[in-house]
Amino acid sequence: MSSDRILNFAIRFGFLILLAGLVLYFSVFANGFASPRSAVFILQSVAITGILALGVTCTLVVDGFDLSIGSVATSALMLSAYAMVVLELSAGMAILMCLLMGAGVGLVNGLLIVKFKVPDLLATLGMMFLLIGLQRIPTQGNSIATGMALPDGSTAEGSFSPAFLWFGRERLDLVLENLLPVPVVVFLVIAVAIWVFLDFTRHGRLMYAIGSNQKAAALVGAPVSRNKIAAYMISGVMASIGGILLAARLGRGDIASGTNLLLDSVAAALIGFAVLGAARPNAFGTAIGALFVGILLQGLTMMNAPYYTQDFVKGAVLVIALVFTFYLSSRRGAGAG
Amino acid sequence: MGETVCEIRDLRKSFGQNHVLLGIDLELRSGEVTVLMGANGAGKSTLVKVLCGHHRMDGGHMTLAGAPYAPHDAAEAIARGVVTVHQSIDDGVIPDLDVATNLMLDRLTEPGAGLFVRDAKLRARAAEVARGMGLTVDVRRRVADLDIADRQMIAIARAMARAPKVLVLDEPTSSLSAAEAERLFSLIDRLRAQGVAILYISHRMSDIRRLADKIVCMRDGAISGVFAQAPLDYEAAVAAMLGHKMTEVDITPRRGNAPVLECAGLQLQPGRPPIDLTLRECEVVAVTGLLGSGKTRLAEIIYGLRRPAGGTMRLDGAPYAPRDARAAVAAGVFLSPKDRGANAVIPDFDIADNMTLPFLGAFSRLSLLSRARQRDTVGEMVDRIGVVCRSPRDGILTLSGGNQQKVMIGRWLIEPCRVLLLDEPFQGVDIGARRDIGRHIRDTAAGRATIVLVAEIDEAIEIADRIIVLNEGALAGEHVNENIDLGRLVAQVSGPAPMLATETTA
Repeated sequence: MSSDRILNFAIRFGFLILLAGLVLYFSVFANGFASPRSAVFILQSVAITGILALGVTCTLVVDGFDLSIGSVATSALMLSAYAMVVLELSAGMAILMCLLMGAGVGLVNGLLIVKFKVPDLLATLGMMFLLIGLQRIPTQGNSIATGMALPDGSTAEGSFSPAFLWFGRERLDLVLENLLPVPVVVFLVIAVAIWVFLDFTRHGRLMYAIGSNQKAAALVGAPVSRNKIAAYMISGVMASIGGILLAARLGRGDIASGTNLLLDSVAAALIGFAVLGAARPNAFGTAIGALFVGILLQGLTMMNAPYYTQDFVKGAVLVIALVFTFYLSSRRGAGAG
Repeated sequence: MGETVCEIRDLRKSFGQNHVLLGIDLELRSGEVTVLMGANGAGKSTLVKVLCGHHRMDGGHMTLAGAPYAPHDAAEAIARGVVTVHQSIDDGVIPDLDVATNLMLDRLTEPGAGLFVRDAKLRARAAEVARGMGLTVDVRRRVADLDIADRQMIAIARAMARAPKVLVLDEPTSSLSAAEAERLFSLIDRLRAQGVAILYISHRMSDIRRLADKIVCMRDGAISGVFAQAPLDYEAAVAAMLGHKMTEVDITPRRGNAPVLECAGLQLQPGRPPIDLTLRECEVVAVTGLLGSGKTRLAEIIYGLRRPAGGTMRLDGAPYAPRDARAAVAAGVFLSPKDRGANAVIPDFDIADNMTLPFLGAFSRLSLLSRARQRDTVGEMVDRIGVVCRSPRDGILTLSGGNQQKVMIGRWLIEPCRVLLLDEPFQGVDIGARRDIGRHIRDTAAGRATIVLVAEIDEAIEIADRIIVLNEGALAGEHVNENIDLGRLVAQVSGPAPMLATETTA
């Protein structure tokens, strides 16, 4: 019937239409919104959140959840600063340490959940606290910057290497000079990679199977534990990449940064459920979800909405997206069954 | 015969363009068990859902005890006296609460119920309800700790606490063993004697023979036959349901070629007698026995999910001791588990992904999946085993139970194997699909050993070259499927189990 068709159309394209409408509205009413610079600014504002959100999407796919991503990102921020400023290591070394730390945390999370049977929320919540505490211990709770006093009385002589800062600050030429920031490129590359991995590879398909019916997946011989651990490791690595980019942008190991990362990226992944009526975690939706929040905030900022309304707006978007996903899909399910 | 309690006239229901019920006429009389038979997709569940207020009817009318009846929701249906016990038991009970709370749950939600729950009083009333139903469980036990049959009884007892006029039972025996089912039947007898009108939906001929006062057959959304005169003509009922006459399955048992799987002194559980078993190429062996006889345990041991308590297995002559399912699949031993909803179906996936799940590797290069190759293989398999669907990209849950099961079995026929284990492949499957599945299993049996684990003897006889009877983890009998002495077979299934250190002769 036609009402069914409208419902189906709304479920599939409602969110994208809302996004297009939003872009159109801001283009007309917010001066300077419809420009490449503004578009890039939006991308830049969501790049780090988006990368974390793509990681959390992988854990959502295996029916898990990773609460530790925010603290993994800030740990990577502090670790890279510590490696370069205090230990005076090279940029490559610092990045490698961060990635290994992310993978290691993911591995521990995965083992806690798979081997020790700790529920995912609790295991990653514990890990979150552990990391928030751990990243403060080496510097006695202080931020890290060149010239800071160390616990042993000396001063930190090292500094962020230009090669490292390149990741956070360099803008590549694309049509316009100095248009594309490196974090945006990293975000887009990772988004495509995760999308291809989840939607088009055998391993991605197995992860979805595990998330949908773990027992059935195990009974066809799928290595369930290994896949779940892999999902948490991907999540950890993504979070550490986010942390590296944040450090490279800030140029110092700021202890107070990144507090919003967890909630923002989880919101982006959940908003992604509503995109194209997927009603399940998916990389494309997550990227769109991150963009949606970015566009909304940028547009509102350009229309002089005060900064303190931002969280309210994010929350409202999330609630609407969840209604899209769960209420409309359940109506569709009831109509068909 | 009692008076008519519920009358349905020209009931119609459509979902979009899909016309599911095309004018149903049905009468339910008090003190009578009306059995509703119908292949999957005939519209039985839709009819039940209209009756219990889950769906609104599009046309026609219903009366209940003389008054018009058109429930808006399940609560109204229950309040009017139409109570339904659904197929999946756990919809009817709350497993973490005790029996008493479960029995009295509806009372707790009544308007006027006090703020605090008085446990002693609750238990006393629950015990009264339980006694009235002939239940002997301790009302303080947690429902999750009870066996399936008891949980089912609790669900029904809960329904009966409302003193309903009409009780609808949707395939209540689908997960019960014969002994458990018999307890359920005596409960139904008791309710019938109390004057309740019972609508009983089932595929199982043994249930139907035991209970039916009247048989109503549905096919393609319409009533295709009503049988009310004793003695009931079961064969005509099956024919009315299927639209063609039930043909006797005649199997010429095959001997089988070289041994594929040899079990020597296999002990299913500690303290049980060891089992020697040889499965040969090309033969289909049915393993039958009651719930708890060790059928599933045997399958799990062969598939690497459990370790035997003793003994060894050889696959094609080489020692075989799989560590897990993965190792078993790699060795060419496949298992289609029972309870497909819990153990096999990936609800979020479409038909193609569900069917190719175990062998995604064969459809991908460098891990990238080839949808075209998936589509070709699945399309061919869908045609071969006769899955009724619009396209292989349909969601698996859009299919009827029988078609879902065909997909689950087709999954394991994509790649050749040495041993194919099918645990209850006919569970929740209509007779038409059951025939299709059975025929296909036999047609493809060359080149492997096939083991079918079924509780129903009928199903075993329908499919097997050889039937093996398990009884409490011990081998109780072995028959070539030709002129079987049914009495002896049934005695082996239900009789006392062979004990350790006793010679088991078949």
